[in-house]
Amino acid sequence: MLMNGLKATSPFKKKGEVAPPRRKLKVPYLFIFLCLFPWLSGLILFTAYPMISSFYQSFTKFNIINPPEFIGLDNYRRMFFEDEDFMKALKNTIWISVISIPLRICFAIFTAWLLTRPKHGSKIYRTLFFLPSMVPAVAATIVFTFVFNPIYGPINRTLETVGIDNPPYWFLDPNWSKWGLILLGLWGIGDTMIIFLAGLLDVPKSLYEAAELEGASGWQSFRYITLPLLTPVIFFSGVTGVIGSFQYFTQAFVASGQVNDYSKAMYFYATHIYEMAFKTYEMGYASALAWFLLLITLISTLIILKTQKRWVHYPNGSLFK
Amino acid sequence: MSHLTVDQIKRIDEEAVILRRKKRIKDFLQSAGDHSALIVMSLIFAFPLYMVVIISFMTGGQAETRSFWPSPFIWSNYVDVFTTVPFLKWTLNTLFISVMGTIGTVVSSVPAAYVLSRLQWRGRHTTFIVILGTMMLPGQVTQIPVYIMFAKLGWIPSFLPMIVPSFFASAFSIFLLRQFFTSIPDEISDAARIDGCSEFKLMMRIVIPLAKPAISAIALFAFLGSWNDFFGPLLYLAENPDLYTLGIGLNAFKGDHHTETNLMMTASVLFMLPAIVIFFFSQRVFLEGVTLTGVKG
Repeated sequence: MLMNGLKATSPFKKKGEVAPPRRKLKVPYLFIFLCLFPWLSGLILFTAYPMISSFYQSFTKFNIINPPEFIGLDNYRRMFFEDEDFMKALKNTIWISVISIPLRICFAIFTAWLLTRPKHGSKIYRTLFFLPSMVPAVAATIVFTFVFNPIYGPINRTLETVGIDNPPYWFLDPNWSKWGLILLGLWGIGDTMIIFLAGLLDVPKSLYEAAELEGASGWQSFRYITLPLLTPVIFFSGVTGVIGSFQYFTQAFVASGQVNDYSKAMYFYATHIYEMAFKTYEMGYASALAWFLLLITLISTLIILKTQKRWVHYPNGSLFK
Repeated sequence: MSHLTVDQIKRIDEEAVILRRKKRIKDFLQSAGDHSALIVMSLIFAFPLYMVVIISFMTGGQAETRSFWPSPFIWSNYVDVFTTVPFLKWTLNTLFISVMGTIGTVVSSVPAAYVLSRLQWRGRHTTFIVILGTMMLPGQVTQIPVYIMFAKLGWIPSFLPMIVPSFFASAFSIFLLRQFFTSIPDEISDAARIDGCSEFKLMMRIVIPLAKPAISAIALFAFLGSWNDFFGPLLYLAENPDLYTLGIGLNAFKGDHHTETNLMMTASVLFMLPAIVIFFFSQRVFLEGVTLTGVKG
């Protein structure tokens, strides 16, 4: 529109010179292709081809050295009927998702809400709350397994001082080690908290003022104003939380190594894939595990997506505008 | 209109003063309550960080006595950590991987994000949806064939499997950059195009300088992503000590050096320090990046 309205005269042209016929602005397909080339070749090399390959391998017996040998659905049958570690990993993963995803969301809302309260100084608190999420996962896990160590660590000393006589053995106790990991996750809540904080700050102040004039209590205005407006963020963290928990690896792996987790209380789905693929080199079986993981992730995401109409409120249309 | 007597006015004034005072007391109590809650939370968040720093100044013996303050206060751990383990080598290895990975991500993701957000062409939306899809794809699904590919190339053990893929653009970075590029007004580009500016020049000279905050955000995320990465090195360095990164080295610490807690904590401090320093210097860029995409790296 802008271009049609303009005469083809450039300020840089000398007077009297005849302007050349203006080129129609073409879509620079070559430029587009060159710019997308790295991503496109990456898509083929590191996503498309490996997906096809691992899908095929999931129906084979394969250990790198010998070529894949087709065995039909055997790998998938093995998961459910012969592999106790798989069941253990699946149970552990589901357990930790069910507990930690809602807990993380509540904790993120709570800390973000606290940050919106004071008139002054909230930036300092924000920095402090966010800082732990910057700590590399390996370092954070090592620090946690130490501070929660029942004999050498300071946490249980603190708990004993405040009158808790028999504090748990945390990472050393198979019944408590997952709680240690959950606490480690809550400590690194920073990034989730920041998106909730952005969501909270987006709520128009006038809504709260109106609610106060109508005599709404604090809880009521939280329940009927804040919470509905946060549902897109809750939805988003729910989806990423489910995807994340089936890929939960580093913290669990490092913690198990630190405390020698013989009972496999910290053995999760991603750990199992790692062990099968790169420790025992059962690549075919590991591929089947990976594809089953994709299936679970897709189903849980779809369930959340399907239910979102009922509870997610988008003020201006969709989250992915 | 009825007139108020002097007494009435006085009374109203007094009531107003009392009300104001009450409100001020209420505000004060509320703010005191908020701040105490925030301080308690800050202490909880800071406690593990405090402990790791404090223990790095303790002797090996004291580190396991559950004390909250070093006595004697020693600096030598920060020297010992370089002599008892090849800490400098680990750091340089990690730094090399992270810097190369960052360069790769930036040079390959910026052009892709540019054509996805600044140009109109058929297939643009489909491409974007494919990018979103790859972000959701669990890495395990592609991991094994990719590993076999690198093994066949003879790249295991080496840094290459962690560096080379970053030159093929990251979906996350493209996504973040696209969100930012879209917010730059189209008029700027149109004006330059009319003046006969080539698309490449337009990208390099006009859009990239305007998008510096977003580009520094993806560079930061890419750097920290490699710095903190554990799974890549675990897989591709194949327990070759010459190639250890900080994460792998720190994890192997326990087995190799019969749990010298104080040294382990010193190493942890040094490992987390760059990430924390980066965060302090670029807090705004960082938090905006997180808010824009909902995830960190």
